[in-house]
Amino acid sequence: MEPTKELNELLTSTCEWLRGTGPENDIVLSSRIRLARNLSGYAFSERLEEARQRQLLDEVEKAVVSLPMLKDSYFFDYKNLKDLDMQFLLERHLISREHAADQGERGLAVSRNEVISIMVLEEDHLRVQVLQSGLNLIEAWRLVDKVDSALDKRLSYSFHESLGYLTACPTNVGTGLRASCMVHLAGLMMTKQVNKILQALSKLNLTARGFFGEGTQASGNFFQFSNQMTLGQAEEEIVDGLDRVMRQVIEHEKEARSHLVEKRRAKLEDQIWRAVGALKSARLMSSAETLGLLSLMRLGVDVGFIKNLSKKNLNALFLYMQPAHLQKLSSVTLKTAERDYKRAELLRTRLKDVELV
Amino acid sequence: MICNACGQNEATIHLTEIMNNQMVEVHLCESCAEQKGSDFKTHFDFNKLLASLSDIGVTGRDEAGEKLTCKTCSMSYEDFGRTGRLGCADCYRFFERVLTPLLKRVQRELRHVGKVPAKATGEMKWSVELRDLHERLKKCIAAETFEEAAQIRDRIHQLEERVKKSDKKQK
Repeated sequence: MEPTKELNELLTSTCEWLRGTGPENDIVLSSRIRLARNLSGYAFSERLEEARQRQLLDEVEKAVVSLPMLKDSYFFDYKNLKDLDMQFLLERHLISREHAADQGERGLAVSRNEVISIMVLEEDHLRVQVLQSGLNLIEAWRLVDKVDSALDKRLSYSFHESLGYLTACPTNVGTGLRASCMVHLAGLMMTKQVNKILQALSKLNLTARGFFGEGTQASGNFFQFSNQMTLGQAEEEIVDGLDRVMRQVIEHEKEARSHLVEKRRAKLEDQIWRAVGALKSARLMSSAETLGLLSLMRLGVDVGFIKNLSKKNLNALFLYMQPAHLQKLSSVTLKTAERDYKRAELLRTRLKDVELV
Repeated sequence: MICNACGQNEATIHLTEIMNNQMVEVHLCESCAEQKGSDFKTHFDFNKLLASLSDIGVTGRDEAGEKLTCKTCSMSYEDFGRTGRLGCADCYRFFERVLTPLLKRVQRELRHVGKVPAKATGEMKWSVELRDLHERLKKCIAAETFEEAAQIRDRIHQLEERVKKSDKKQK
């Protein structure tokens, strides 16, 4: 049976990472840490027979629901979900593209505020993730460490004395930890400085990705920065390393923004005002165009050109304008062209009161 | 502008992708974009790339020319070359010879430092902690924080004693 009630609860609630309350939230949208874990006694997900997958899923579900910190969480068994539901969870950054597309038994545990989520039978048996608003990596690590230690008491992890936590892909072995930050680098994009940052990152063994993680496009001036290596460095060191680099990236972005405001004000105002104009009046709007325009609008809010728009409402639009959310909100299946119409309508309604300073 | 994929139709969809930490623009016509899905993947095959980093390449044969295979899950090294994913925890043992050069290239070190599961045996925990402590000791000496270095050294001695004792017990 489809868990309609649970999915609707998610749809109408604001997830923690979109509240826009975390530190440096004008530039850093969210901070995420995930741990890859596998259970001993089972082959890795891809080579596990369906009956054993079911066994593992049940074992994990039992462990998860018994954790006090995940007492009220949702547990989704994918056999009860439709493609649209999976797309919906993906848009909320609760699951990966691979997890949505894979076949076989799979599941997901999510805490009510969507801070903690655990993908079951992704590439690894468990992907334990914590998602926080703003630049909050240290706190995210503290929490994910706690969840992991609690699960460790109930499950038996696959661990090797010198290689650490064993993972299906050798690029995750060791700590199994991937820390990442989603940043909005509109200023650095406009001043054409982003490539410099991206190149510097690779020298520091950090990677840049698009809005939806691996293999996705960089759109709306959003980037995800994350650590590349997982073996040979303790968790705190990896997290601290990314945190330090992020602070520098933030400084550069701030400089770029003040340069734009001081030296290229007319041009910047023009771009932002045009974006607001289009968002408030267009009749058809594709998601790619919306993302670009919302990015400009976000910049407008951050530099103080726009009033009557809270960060929370603005962030919500990034979520609501995506295909699955749009369809869930309108409770009907929509084709691409119909979605573009609905999307424009949603934007006009929600941005009705927005004014320029 | 002509579509990058089919080279025939007018490109109407323009994507910016990040490849190797460089931004690259991709222009596609509507039908090619639809075929590839909205999540237009990077062009190079990550899995092949990964396998090629190991010295054995994608052939996966040992010195005797025999196919390398995991005795537990029967995955061959060729399979790993195709998917980039190992079959089970024991694959690390059976493919050690070819995985080590790969790990050297994609990872910082070959030894784990950091968290250890609570259920790991005492010795396993000690050995990870010992490595951790040796690392920290090196850093303290370099930074000339000798007081902390002395504390770390004491802890190392303590752990080494314990390891010795448990070794004796086992014998």
